[in-house]
Amino acid sequence: MSVEGTIERARALVDAPLDRALEPWRLANPEGKVVGWFPVYSPLELAHAGGILPVGVMGGGNQIEIAHADSRFQSFVCSIVKSTLELGLTGRLKALDGMVFHSICDPAKNLASVVRRNFPELWVEFVHFPQNLTSPLAEDYLVAEYRRILDRLTDLTGRRVGDEDLRRSLAAYNASRARIRRLYEIRRESPQLLSATESYLLVRAGILMPPEEHAALLDEALDGLSGRDVKPKDRIRVVIEGSFCEQPPLELLQSIEEAGCDILDDDLLLGVRWFLRDVPIDGDPLRALARSYIDGSVHSSVKHDLRRTKAQPLLDKARGGRAHAVVVLAAKFCEPALFDYALYRKALDEAGIPHVFLEFEEKMWIFDKVRTEVETFVESMLFD
Amino acid sequence: MSTVRYQGRMHEFQKELMGRYYAELTRGAETGQGHAAWMLISGNPVELVRAFDMLPVYPEVNALQLGVRRQSLPLIQKAEELGYSIDNCAYVKADIGLFFSGLKAPFATIPRPELILCNYVGCGVYLQWFEHLAEYTGAPIFNLDIPTVRGPSGRARPDDVRYVVGQLEELIALCERITGKPLDQAKLRQILQWSKETGDLWAEIKSLTKFVPSPFDAYFDAVTLMGPLYCLRGTEDGLTFFREARSELAERVRQGLGPLPDERFRIVMEGPPPWPYLRIFRDLFTKWGAVAVASTYSTVGGLWEFGFRHDPDRPLESIAEHMLEYNLTNRSFHQRYQQIRQYVEEWGADALVIHSVKSCRLFSAGQGDMREYFSKELGVPTLLIESDLEDPRYFSEAQMRNRIDAFFEALEHRKLVKA
Ligand code: SF4
Ligand code: SF4
Repeated sequence: MSVEGTIERARALVDAPLDRALEPWRLANPEGKVVGWFPVYSPLELAHAGGILPVGVMGGGNQIEIAHADSRFQSFVCSIVKSTLELGLTGRLKALDGMVFHSICDPAKNLASVVRRNFPELWVEFVHFPQNLTSPLAEDYLVAEYRRILDRLTDLTGRRVGDEDLRRSLAAYNASRARIRRLYEIRRESPQLLSATESYLLVRAGILMPPEEHAALLDEALDGLSGRDVKPKDRIRVVIEGSFCEQPPLELLQSIEEAGCDILDDDLLLGVRWFLRDVPIDGDPLRALARSYIDGSVHSSVKHDLRRTKAQPLLDKARGGRAHAVVVLAAKFCEPALFDYALYRKALDEAGIPHVFLEFEEKMWIFDKVRTEVETFVESMLFD
Repeated sequence: MSTVRYQGRMHEFQKELMGRYYAELTRGAETGQGHAAWMLISGNPVELVRAFDMLPVYPEVNALQLGVRRQSLPLIQKAEELGYSIDNCAYVKADIGLFFSGLKAPFATIPRPELILCNYVGCGVYLQWFEHLAEYTGAPIFNLDIPTVRGPSGRARPDDVRYVVGQLEELIALCERITGKPLDQAKLRQILQWSKETGDLWAEIKSLTKFVPSPFDAYFDAVTLMGPLYCLRGTEDGLTFFREARSELAERVRQGLGPLPDERFRIVMEGPPPWPYLRIFRDLFTKWGAVAVASTYSTVGGLWEFGFRHDPDRPLESIAEHMLEYNLTNRSFHQRYQQIRQYVEEWGADALVIHSVKSCRLFSAGQGDMREYFSKELGVPTLLIESDLEDPRYFSEAQMRNRIDAFFEALEHRKLVKA
């Protein structure tokens, strides 16, 4: 199949309402449970090992009108928190048996409670990730936390998960992540072959299916890509930072690309790309997963790691990808992203890497202004 | 309207003690002595810091002092020039503005830190704030990771307590390196004893507002007590303050005195106050004879009124339990609902007033749901008003007055109909 066909299949899945997207899996697994996870990172392996389908719930995008959630969360709260609640209040979380939230920020923490109260029939869990990665105790803590989550998942399914189940899941996610890494390599090496929007769709489809199926989908895409032959264009190479949780509309990414940028790297859909290397499958699987969180995972504003300065990973990412510039693309009202921008700005200025700062909302639908802004930025760089 | 005077003996004593505390900070800044540890209010382990004779410095308290004096806006704007967003917590911006203004506040000069102690309890902004400060100051930082209370039981898990105790031991080693002396166990026990007795008094004081009329306002006057509770906890001075405060307030109960000539409404307040407009804000309520009999804000640093005490016989465990379970910010929203419900029922309140502040999403994000729960499910009259705790640009007196007046008019009507 042509890569375009694969991308269209991914797009259809991403655009579909949650219950429709889950239909094939539900039909094949009539007794199976589906648990949604809120961004950024979730230990998907734990659910998968228990026969559960973990599904990414990335808010409502620009498909959904916020009519009820506005009365629960104020105007100064980011959109994804409201649209996620709106999905629930309009019955669209019924497609799920449970939801998992994480300690990424204050609104997400409160959202977990609000969801618990409003949807008592939903199984809701909250994962606290360690915030002191310099402490040798963090690993044991995280192993215990993962064990607790496993127990809670057992409450949901009645099924005990063994080490072998876990290892199989680690391997399955390793395989799909390896293919995602390959997509990003292609973007860095030959951005003309695969646009960021296309790669986004391919990755995002993966949050709606088991990792084995996602790996197959990506194999098909990678296969198709090898036949593509496009000449490089004269564009600037950028990395995007700041969109780790609420996702920008696809059209916004497209506008940035059309304004003259090749997006080599980004922090979109970070959860499915969390580990930089394979999670080891020999030894204790929970420990391997915990250790990978601590020593082998990506940087993010919502992961606090005092072993280096906040902006260092961004500088490394920009330099490693030979980027000309950084686009800080922060969700409106996203406190972690907005905070770290101050440090990024300082570090980028000191390193002589140009950047542009943009704010977005998942439900925005006019992109002219952003596009003009990026065009001006690109021109200033090309003719400098 | 006659102006109401809120000052009593304890207010004067508080001023004196806080003045001394700030003079100590200034001395530290000027002499370079005293090992300043910058820390956060919520559920902090100040007892440990004091056991090392380190000087606890609280950027949050500094920020609110700047707010009360209406000096925060230029500092907030300075931080915004550095790239902080209009939507970021204004405490942080005022503090960072202060740092880049040479740490000279009108009430003290703040000593540079020898330790940045991020005692994370629930508030994600804490982590960001102190990471940034560590980069700006170059001081060593320690992130105490306190897992949020997350199970349905609302209790801290034994695993979590052990994890926090282990980190406290790492922190002790770090403080030993910074100060060059070992932890004095006897001293730590003494400090915990003072904290324990302070906790007893504070809990007793908090229960006095169950009397009618309430002897003090558990929101506006509680703020006066919170300074010593956090900045001076674990000191003899702090304990003396609470002894005096308790006897003054108990005396008021005996005399049947309240903060207002006539207590007409008993309310529960949720959310931090708008510091730059504290007096104006208070008058909007006193005008209606409304007295806060309880507030969630007064429990950000600890929940002694629900039984917690530091324990000299279990020093690190009790510090860990304080941080994990017995402070408002490390609990879930749901637990806060239960706390407020208890206030409404046991303290005999007529209404819940939610002051939603833009800066603090930990406090505010989702308060619409809280209103829904109290007004729709429990039938408690609930008012939600919005401004900010530090940024004067978000305070609209006229709008606030209209909402508050309309609410109390309706409440009065309801009372009449009921009677
Ligand atoms: S977009 Fe930002 S503020 Fe909103 S939930 Fe995600 S991390 Fe939190
Ligand atoms: S968000 Fe709230 S709790 Fe956190 S630092 Fe700001 S005011 Fe304090």
